[in-house]
Amino acid sequence: MRVTRSRAVLAVVAVSSVLAVSACGGGDIKNETAAGGEDCGTINMAINPWVGYEASAHVVGYIAESKLGCTVDYKDLDEQVSWQGFAEDEVDVVIENWGHPELQKKYFKSPGGDGSAMSAGPNGNEGIIGWYVPPWMVEKYPDILDWKNLNKYADLFKTPESGDKGTLFDGDPGFVTNDEALVKNLDLNYKVVFAGSENALIEGFRNAEENKTPMLGYFYAPQWFLSEVPLEKVELPKYTEGCDADPEKVACDYPVYTLDKIVATDFAESGSPGYDLVKNFQWTNDDQNEVAKMIAEDQMDPDDAAQKWVEENPDKVNAWLGQ
Amino acid sequence: MSSVATRSARTLDTGLVATLRSRWRLVSLLAVIVIWVLVWTFTRGDSTLAIQASDRTDIHGWFLRLTTSIEEANNVVTAALAALADAMDATLLFFQHLFTVPEFPRPLPQVGWLGALALASLATYAVAGWRPVLIVAASFLLFGMLGYYPDAMDLLIVTSVAVAVALLLGIPIGIWMGHSKVVSAIVTPILDVMQTMPSFVYLLPFSILFGIGPAVAALVTLVYAMPPAVRVTAYAIRAVSSTTIEATDSLGQSRWQRLRNVELPMAKRTIIVGVNQTTMAALSMATIAAYVDGPGLGQPVLEGLRRGQLGKAFVAGLAIVIMAIMLDRTTTAASIRAETAARSGRDRGRQRWVVLGVGAAVAAVAVYLSNGYSWANEFPAGLDIGTWIQLRVDDFSGWLRADFSSVTTSIQERFTLSFLNPVQDLIAGSPWFVAGAAICAIAWIAGGNRALGAAVICLTGLYFLDLWNNAMITLTAVLVATVVVMLLGIVVGVWMGRSKNVDRAVRPFLDAAQTLPPFVYLIPVLVLFGANRFTAMVAGVIYAAPVAIKLIADGVRGVSATTVEAAEAAGTSRLQMIWKVQLPMARGALLLAANQGLLYVLSMVVIGGMVGAGALGFDIVYGFRQSEFAGKGLAAGVSIVLIGIMLDRITTYSARRSSSAAPAGARAKNTTRKRFPLLSSSS
Amino acid sequence: MTDTATVTPPQANAEQPAALAVDRLWKVFGPKADKIIGSPDADLPRHEMLKETGCVAAVKDISFEVAAGEVFVVMGLSGSGKSTLVRCLTRLIEPTAGTVTINGTDVVGASESTLRDLRRNHVAMVFQHFGLLPHRQVIDNVAYGLEIRGVGKAERRKRAAEIVDLVGLEGNEHSYPDQLSGGMQQRVGLARALAGDPALLLFDEPFSALDPLIRRDMQNEVIRLQEDLQKTMVFITHDLQEALKLGDRILIMRDGEVVQIGTPAEVVASPADDYVRDFVSDVPRSHVLTLRYVMRDPRPDDSSEGLVMSSDTIVRQAARAALASDHVVRVVDDGKLVGIVDDDAILRIVVAEESVRA
Ligand SMILES: Nc1ncnc2c1ncn2[C@@H]1O[C@H](COP(=O)(O)OP(=O)(O)OP(=O)(O)O)[C@@H](O)[C@H]1O
Ligand SMILES: [Mg+2]
Repeated sequence: MRVTRSRAVLAVVAVSSVLAVSACGGGDIKNETAAGGEDCGTINMAINPWVGYEASAHVVGYIAESKLGCTVDYKDLDEQVSWQGFAEDEVDVVIENWGHPELQKKYFKSPGGDGSAMSAGPNGNEGIIGWYVPPWMVEKYPDILDWKNLNKYADLFKTPESGDKGTLFDGDPGFVTNDEALVKNLDLNYKVVFAGSENALIEGFRNAEENKTPMLGYFYAPQWFLSEVPLEKVELPKYTEGCDADPEKVACDYPVYTLDKIVATDFAESGSPGYDLVKNFQWTNDDQNEVAKMIAEDQMDPDDAAQKWVEENPDKVNAWLGQ
Repeated sequence: MSSVATRSARTLDTGLVATLRSRWRLVSLLAVIVIWVLVWTFTRGDSTLAIQASDRTDIHGWFLRLTTSIEEANNVVTAALAALADAMDATLLFFQHLFTVPEFPRPLPQVGWLGALALASLATYAVAGWRPVLIVAASFLLFGMLGYYPDAMDLLIVTSVAVAVALLLGIPIGIWMGHSKVVSAIVTPILDVMQTMPSFVYLLPFSILFGIGPAVAALVTLVYAMPPAVRVTAYAIRAVSSTTIEATDSLGQSRWQRLRNVELPMAKRTIIVGVNQTTMAALSMATIAAYVDGPGLGQPVLEGLRRGQLGKAFVAGLAIVIMAIMLDRTTTAASIRAETAARSGRDRGRQRWVVLGVGAAVAAVAVYLSNGYSWANEFPAGLDIGTWIQLRVDDFSGWLRADFSSVTTSIQERFTLSFLNPVQDLIAGSPWFVAGAAICAIAWIAGGNRALGAAVICLTGLYFLDLWNNAMITLTAVLVATVVVMLLGIVVGVWMGRSKNVDRAVRPFLDAAQTLPPFVYLIPVLVLFGANRFTAMVAGVIYAAPVAIKLIADGVRGVSATTVEAAEAAGTSRLQMIWKVQLPMARGALLLAANQGLLYVLSMVVIGGMVGAGALGFDIVYGFRQSEFAGKGLAAGVSIVLIGIMLDRITTYSARRSSSAAPAGARAKNTTRKRFPLLSSSS
Repeated sequence: MTDTATVTPPQANAEQPAALAVDRLWKVFGPKADKIIGSPDADLPRHEMLKETGCVAAVKDISFEVAAGEVFVVMGLSGSGKSTLVRCLTRLIEPTAGTVTINGTDVVGASESTLRDLRRNHVAMVFQHFGLLPHRQVIDNVAYGLEIRGVGKAERRKRAAEIVDLVGLEGNEHSYPDQLSGGMQQRVGLARALAGDPALLLFDEPFSALDPLIRRDMQNEVIRLQEDLQKTMVFITHDLQEALKLGDRILIMRDGEVVQIGTPAEVVASPADDYVRDFVSDVPRSHVLTLRYVMRDPRPDDSSEGLVMSSDTIVRQAARAALASDHVVRVVDDGKLVGIVDDDAILRIVVAEESVRA
């Protein structure tokens, strides 16, 4: 026993000294040099938790890294925390912001905040929130897309969660919803059931379309899932300026959000070419869905997906780079 | 003569009273429920205190101001915490730069997989001996082959730092607790809160207080992982033989000498069991920590969840399970070695140093290689098996959806309509004072005055938190899920307890189910059952059942062999054996399983809120995602803590009351063995 | 043959200060324990006091003195307060009232450091359940007392090795306690106590956990050590045989109170009350009683021939010679005839015992 062990020890010593000698040649890992050569530095890019956001962030990040020689640090953060990061110099860019007047108030200069963040203009995406149904239902019940007919179909949407009413699934707690008030104020025979996460909603709609079961739920665009299952939006009473002022009395559709980019004021003033890229960045919902679909459905690495899109869309990219 | 007669009369009497009393408890429990149902039929839907998801009340506003003031506070405490966070950030970044994050201009981290593998093996050999080295080496290779080597290293780093700090703080506190009843009485409820308060409640305040960085993840982990270290240390110190203490005191030792020479060495082995529990608890926070950018395997799990990619989440989850097994086996082996190492003779000691020396040399070479050569730095992509698994799992979920979900949906609907809804109607649909009175009555009948006291305090708290109705809905789900857990526990547990082979076959799955992050099985469960309370319950059951099954299996196995033999000799049939002998004698284990089942299910409430359970779980998630609702989220968190304490106390006191026969061993074993001792160990 | 069994019990006397003096010592367990003493409650019987006040007076107004070199045995039934009493002597349990003086040092009023010094250098204790350190080898267990005094490793191991030999454990220095039998473990406990060379040794039922044969060995061990080392000992036991065998004097306790203090012969010959009588009823009296308790006054017609023995000679040791001789035994102390023992007197003791046995 002991003999074998000390032999083993000897063997290990021998092998490792051989290795050590062979290693003395140095190595194949060589230091890199910055690709672009320009002085870009590091961009701290918040990644908010939805795939469309990831798509935008990685496309911008990929361009910054490959064309401008920046280093991009992606940070998986929730919206609230991301904004907090502006103040702490931990976040430079939020590439897709959905409104958030309360956060603007806290971090923008003008409404009386600490001025650590500022808008870098719209990113071209339009945020559309509303109630959606799977496409098969529209085929079968063509008039379902008018809210006035929803009560007629309430029975279809009945689930054990809602008793004798129809179920309206609400989802991602990250978005403000007026749905409880809407249902009440529009006299709809529905009950709001909180699916609790985007994922729960997506799985629900996926099932509904595949197995032809009814489902009515809160959803939004841009969203990669819409390119997998093109959900159809139910028309609610038209949005007019201020119709949603009192959350208790809302009886109209959600406004169309102009999604914008938020940057840290310090970053904007740093003169980094990365900031100019972020400022110029603008694309459509379809663009985003395309990249998001590559990430989510085709399971591509976000950077690979970004690279693919960038290579296929040189015009847009060049425009952002000011070329 | 006469005294003998009265004595036997008295025993007869107490026997009668005892049987009457046990009947009496059952009868009065039934009576309470019947009365409750009767009252409910007349008052149904009145004063249920239901509020809408978007409603907030004054108390929620107060909580919001409280969190804001804490977040913005600027005092010694916050400064100290900030300093701690900075120190942890620096430590974590140091290790990350060493192992996982390349530092410009290097394209790769300083030490690659080969070096890390060698270092880990060396460390394992030093603390735990030969055998675990194999497990560690295999695990490292598997991390690489699954495609998550860097994430695994990140998780290992965060977990190690969190555990180190947890021990650094927790062991002294535990020692102090072990010495002082007063300290123990003050600290225990704090630990209860730390373990039951859903982490989503403090994720946001923490990242605001401590800034964005890996330290937040480590701190969030720390909050949850520290209590076992404290509890087990206190228990270990208290368990040191008082004769030995007295004997050594009589020699005139100082307090410090007593601690160093007597208490710590004698408590060492148990304390290492606490290290094991702390490590496992820390690991179970991996996914939660990823919500605040915590580096590690939690991130791919969340990414998979976000993108609806079951395969990705599963493979990353599998890596977490492997890490859990690795750390569990290593710390367990370390605790055994702690015993034997001191005893092995001088020869063995010398030999060990030789091996360590050689190992160190090998490790140095490996580190050198992995620093210079990319093959030793980046894990070779050719060995990938992760993608294959990922694709299979994705196929599997597609198959579930296509061929299965209609069946499962109808199961879900039937169960919800015929069982869950009526129970919820009763509990949450009664006026608050009716439900409250009924719960108090049940608590009193089951657990006596102390349980009643706990119930009154906790229910009062719930009332004032303005989330009564949601709390009742959550309570319903927890109770119903626990019933299912117990049924599963009894069926599988008895089966395992009666057969060693079954036990051996089933146990690995239980271990895996316990360590697999719940977010992973959330996806297939959603696919099968859709977003609703049932799905949330299923997730809770999957999470809680392994604990209950193991406890019951151990309890059944613990029934003395002679009793079983005697019963067999009396011609007991198999069913009779189970019903009349094994289960009644394992009653202590059953009650403990119920207690743990309740608390484990409760700890899944927030995750349930993400898949359609609504109620308190949703309030908490909502509070995390929407800062205006943070106050309501905190109130919901406190409500969950109150429910947890209430259920724990009721089950604990009723367990104590109903059986002196409860095998203390089953309890002690549990509190010191698997995962975290939840509230029950506090008593 | 004659004077072999003479023992002179060292009595505490005025010239030599007592090695240990206990004066009006109280220990009351329970809430507001210090309020009991001096109140009428203090005189209640134990169970009534418990009912009235929730307190237990484990040691109740006990006073005694132990001379240097004396073996002082405390005995009583379970629960009578023996362990509490002996622990109060070095304040392992804080006494509620009274004083304890060891070698002129006031223990009760001592500061923490004085007390620690006392425990390190003057008093050592042996426990019923050994209380060894399971993670240390025998030698390091024995050396522990020296270690905490700050004695260097080589020095203390050397000293410990000597003591290990002294208690007959040579060869087991490097064993761990759980590798030893109960008797051997208690030898380690004894060695640990002896290692610091204390003047006063306290024993709390050290041999109760051992089987009878080993117990006897250990008792002999103590007697041997006592002869060699001449320590002062306070020895707790509930075994009368042991008390009689080892004790120069015996204190009998009941419910925390002293019932009787005396030499073994005094206790056996004239029990203070029924409690003690009950205790000593099984004792082979011939093993304990000395001639003093069986002799009659000398009469003028007594023969002046025959054996001469001292009054401290134990009956059993005198018996054979006395019965073999044709003459009565003359009991002579300091050259003065104090009494006469005839065969009848001896037979009464010895035969009565036999019939009790039968
Ligand atoms: N810590 C304590 N708190 C309360 N009561 C105590 C405590 N320790 C001892 N007692 C009580 O004091 C009394 C004397 O106990 P003690 O242990 O001194 O008896 P003992 O004579 O040593 O008995 P034994 O022969 O069984 O060892 C008992 O009635 C016991 O219940
Ligand atoms: Mg005792």
